[in-house]
Formats: sequence, C-alpha cells, structure tokens
Amino acid sequence: MAIEVKIPTILRTYTDGEKVVEGEGASLSALIDDLESNHAGIKERLVEDKDGSDELRRFVNVYVNDEDVRFIGGLGAEIGDGDQVVILPAVAGG
Amino acid sequence: MLRIDQATHDAIVAHAKRDHPNEACGVVAGPVGSDRPERFVEMVNAAGSPTFYEFDSTDLLRLYQEMDDNDEEPVVVYHSHTATEAYPSVTDTNLAAEPAAHYVLVSTREHGNNEGPVEFRSYRIVDGTVTEEDVEIVPELERSVT
Repeated sequence: MAIEVKIPTILRTYTDGEKVVEGEGASLSALIDDLESNHAGIKERLVEDKDGSDELRRFVNVYVNDEDVRFIGGLGAEIGDGDQVVILPAVAGG
Repeated sequence: MLRIDQATHDAIVAHAKRDHPNEACGVVAGPVGSDRPERFVEMVNAAGSPTFYEFDSTDLLRLYQEMDDNDEEPVVVYHSHTATEAYPSVTDTNLAAEPAAHYVLVSTREHGNNEGPVEFRSYRIVDGTVTEEDVEIVPELERSVT
C-alpha cells in the first residue's frame, strides 16, 4: 500500500501532468523526500529552510485525510499506508 | 478575454461593497476547460483585513473537493482592493497559483459600502507576469454546445 498524494495544477509540471501520485513515508517530511526522489524539484516548492531546519512554506496547505497538517504536527505529522494527502496552494494576496 | 454574465459580475461587486473596508474574495467555478464562470462561490477572508486576503484552509479544501467532484475548476478568482486601484499587488502576483484562471480585481476605494460604480478588471497571472485582459459583461452566458 502507498500514500495517495493529490497534486495541484501548478505543481503538475513536476509530475508529468499527473493529478495524483503515490508516495511513501511515515511522516509528512519523509513523504516529501520520497516525492522529491521521483519528482525532482517538488520539495523546494513545498518546504523552505528556516534557521537551519525545514518548514512547510507559509502559502502551501497540506492536508492528511482532510486535516490541515498545521494542526497535527506540520512536517512531523504522522502518515500511514492508505492515507490521502492533498496539497493546495493558498488562495491569498494583498 | 473574460466573458462573465451580469448577475455574477453584480454578485462580485455586491460582495466587495458589503465587506468594505476589508478585502472580499471568492471564486467563480466552471466546467474544466470551458472557460465559463458559472458557479459563484463567495469565500470568507480568513485574514479579515483591508490589505490582505486568504481563503480559510478548511474552506479551501472543501471548495477544491467540491470542484473536483463536479469536474470544475476555478475559472475566476476574485478579490477586492479597498484603498488602491484594481491592479494585482506584488503579493497577488507572487501568490497566484492558478495559471488558467482569470484573476478579477475590483476596487471599492471610491464608494466603499455605498452605491456607485467600482473598477472591475481582469488579469492573467502566469509565472509572475501580469497581463490585463478585456472584460465582456453579457446578459447571460450563451448555452454551451454539448
């Protein structure tokens, strides 16, 4: 089993146009590393370096089973086989 | 060019006036690939701010799930500016993540909550490049050929 990841339009350049890809990992950060190994460049769009450690970018939303990961541990959020992950860029501006 | 029906145009303007002095935001969804803004969806500005807007993250997920279920996409993404012209700010440009959408900006700076015309303009924002486009307001969208 694997984790299903929904990719937003703007990031499908990294997934050959695929809307849904599969990944593996016990945490969101492990999943993102796994995605990066198959879809080089995607990690940089999701994560930024803050004071030496990775953080989810401010205007990227990631949901695990419909739950915003910011409320369940951010990049450390636990994930398991069969979970569904959705990535959505924020709709925001000034 | 953006072709939008009068009722949807008026709904966007009314939302912007109502939420003034804060920014109002929302989308008009339409069938994938149709370029037809058919379903007006008003969103809450989670930032509740006169200078910033952001869809609430839970609302955002629900909206995209709904659109997915209906084979829709955001044909229009709109928001208001309340003290400046209806032109995308640097932040708008940097955060624009729907290259296929018409980004509609309205400005309520002149009349605020009151009656009176508002600027209503539309843009494509792709890879940080803003291109203004014409807006055609029609009584009703012609029926799609299916």
